[in-house]
Amino acid sequence: MKLHFNQLLLLLLAIFTSYTAKLRGQGLNNGEIHGNFQLDAQYYNPDSAIGAQPVPEKFLMNSFANLIYTNGDFSAGVRFESYLNTMLGFDPRYKGTGFPYKFATFNRDNFSITVGNYYEQFGSGMIFRSYEERGLGYDNAMEGVRVKYTLLKGIHIKGLIGKQRYYFDLGKGIVRGIDGEVALNELVTEFAEKKTKIFFGGSFVSKYEVDQDPIYVLPENVGAWAGRVKVNHGGWSFFSEYAHKINDPSSVNNYIYKKGGGLLVNTSYSQKGLGINLSGKVIDNMNFRSDRTAQNNDLLINFLPALTRQHTYNLAATIYPYATQPNGEMAYQGDITYTIKKGSKLGGKYGTTVLVNYAAANGLDSTTLASGLGYKADYTKLGKVYYKDFNVEIQKKVSKPLKFTLFYANFVYNKDVAQGKVNEGFVYANIEVLEFTYKFNDKHALRMELQGLQTRQDMGDWATIVAEYTISPNWFFSTVNQYNYGNPNEDSRLLYPIGQIGFIKNSTRVTLGYGRQRAGIFCIGGICRVVPASNGATISISSSF
Amino acid sequence: MKKAIFLLLLTAAISDYSMAQKQDYVIPAVDIKKMDGTTFNTANIKNDGKPMIIDFWATWCSPCKAELNAIAEDYEEWQKETGVVLYAISIDDARNVDKVAPYVNGKGWEYIVLSDVNGDFKRAMNVNNVPHVFVINGNREVVYQQNSAAPGDDKKLYEIVKKVAKGEKIN
Repeated sequence: MKLHFNQLLLLLLAIFTSYTAKLRGQGLNNGEIHGNFQLDAQYYNPDSAIGAQPVPEKFLMNSFANLIYTNGDFSAGVRFESYLNTMLGFDPRYKGTGFPYKFATFNRDNFSITVGNYYEQFGSGMIFRSYEERGLGYDNAMEGVRVKYTLLKGIHIKGLIGKQRYYFDLGKGIVRGIDGEVALNELVTEFAEKKTKIFFGGSFVSKYEVDQDPIYVLPENVGAWAGRVKVNHGGWSFFSEYAHKINDPSSVNNYIYKKGGGLLVNTSYSQKGLGINLSGKVIDNMNFRSDRTAQNNDLLINFLPALTRQHTYNLAATIYPYATQPNGEMAYQGDITYTIKKGSKLGGKYGTTVLVNYAAANGLDSTTLASGLGYKADYTKLGKVYYKDFNVEIQKKVSKPLKFTLFYANFVYNKDVAQGKVNEGFVYANIEVLEFTYKFNDKHALRMELQGLQTRQDMGDWATIVAEYTISPNWFFSTVNQYNYGNPNEDSRLLYPIGQIGFIKNSTRVTLGYGRQRAGIFCIGGICRVVPASNGATISISSSF
Repeated sequence: MKKAIFLLLLTAAISDYSMAQKQDYVIPAVDIKKMDGTTFNTANIKNDGKPMIIDFWATWCSPCKAELNAIAEDYEEWQKETGVVLYAISIDDARNVDKVAPYVNGKGWEYIVLSDVNGDFKRAMNVNNVPHVFVINGNREVVYQQNSAAPGDDKKLYEIVKKVAKGEKIN
């Protein structure tokens, strides 16, 4: 019988666990097992009006469970995942059941070693980030070995090698990387008590992928490096990271032999009652994957988040969301949080908070080059507009039971770029939200959101009403009604109602729902998931122990 | 084969779990970051034998912020009465991590705010989604968890914290 790496690891874990259990019996050891579980399932009704796809299985389910065993310096764990079959909106290559994640870690003194699967990030992630977003079905966990070592106090080094997760399989490329970070104030004794904290970091990542292309000579080893600096002084903070990648022809960049680069600068100031954040970045040909033919969210080695506000109100978050364009983008953002003092005229009895945010993303101003080098970008100029977002939010507590939030946003959205459409052009949209929460007593509360979106383009105007009644700490009842009353196509002026009941007991949460789900784009960080329209009953169970 | 091994592991795990004399849950040790950028090991989440709250949140999580803002109003009183310390663990990634300190200071929170930018501590604590709040007793054991943040949940949380401060058992 041939044992695979995965099976061998599981076997080792099992032996170790049962061995320590025996030791425990003799009163020698003190291990712990903890974990979590989540299940999401839906029964699908046919609904041709909203364009819901027929579901031959009628019922689809995604679920996972993590188990982590910890014993002193040792920990090990597995994640079970099951997609029977994959719910709509998740990649159908997640199919069936398995244990795609298992690890064992040993920590001692300054040293930590992990075998199996792991997640890791170097700097801001511009050349390496391995992570999971289970709600989006995103997981590029590494499978291999990682070592962390604290060389001296204040010098942290990480080294890793592995292949990336590709649904229930692994990508064919090998990823290797090393990262070092120096905390100057910990390293140099004279700096220990200084108010200014300084950090330097550097990383190198390389991927290996065999070249079997019959025509092109493609680089089999592609290296990328990055350097970063962070300075903190009281309320001031400055961070910058610069990244460089050698030529890396791929299907995403149309197989050009161009070098890649990225620069991120962020500075912020804050004091009690005031926070200001300014940031800017340039991304030029920074698509980085362990398979040059991979697309969408597959086998990404790096992480290039959008430099825009992550909206939470439904109409602002899921109709026109923006994600970084890895082939080229210049973006900047300003963000202010200001709390008007309690007792002042504008602040009222409880204070008033005002948030203002402006973000813009443009393409690169570039000239096409002959041969396979692609283009040359002029960083002193902005290219065409990809996205603009100006938004203001005012939060005010009026009295002990009543508080409200007013929100306004104006979007300019290049649909061709952001959603990969052809000749659909720009969408100009205004969004307004009034949210209030009224507490009847210490247990009962009602929260409502009235949202409106107006645009002359795309699907036209929308209205949304959210009502949520909560009985702390165990129950919630909510309804979300969305109405596309301004759709230029009269047959699409549809109502999307959803009702939900939730029961929460400590760390267990059960939610039942029924209704129509509008098609939308759900994003967390730099990753988005397109959710198709559906109609039906849903159940969701989440627990941790 | 895979299934057999998993079953073996599960049996071992359960036998191990049931053999434990007390079902405590000691905070795992993971390196995350303080707001000033310094590395912080979660083994240092301590409060001299007094209760602690570990609250996982994010700048994009409205219910999380609503609850932390509600607690902020009474936090001084909570601290005086019970000696409790609240660790607010932001799970914001590189997109929003630089907005955490401006938001926290803009709101005037007095919590110990830590940044778990790649979800390492979140994973180690088996947190599925935010908000997720833990109450920790003086022996650094998890005695209560709540996976929600509805208006009024802060009151329930304070009831628990008061019991922990008095050394009473939590069911």
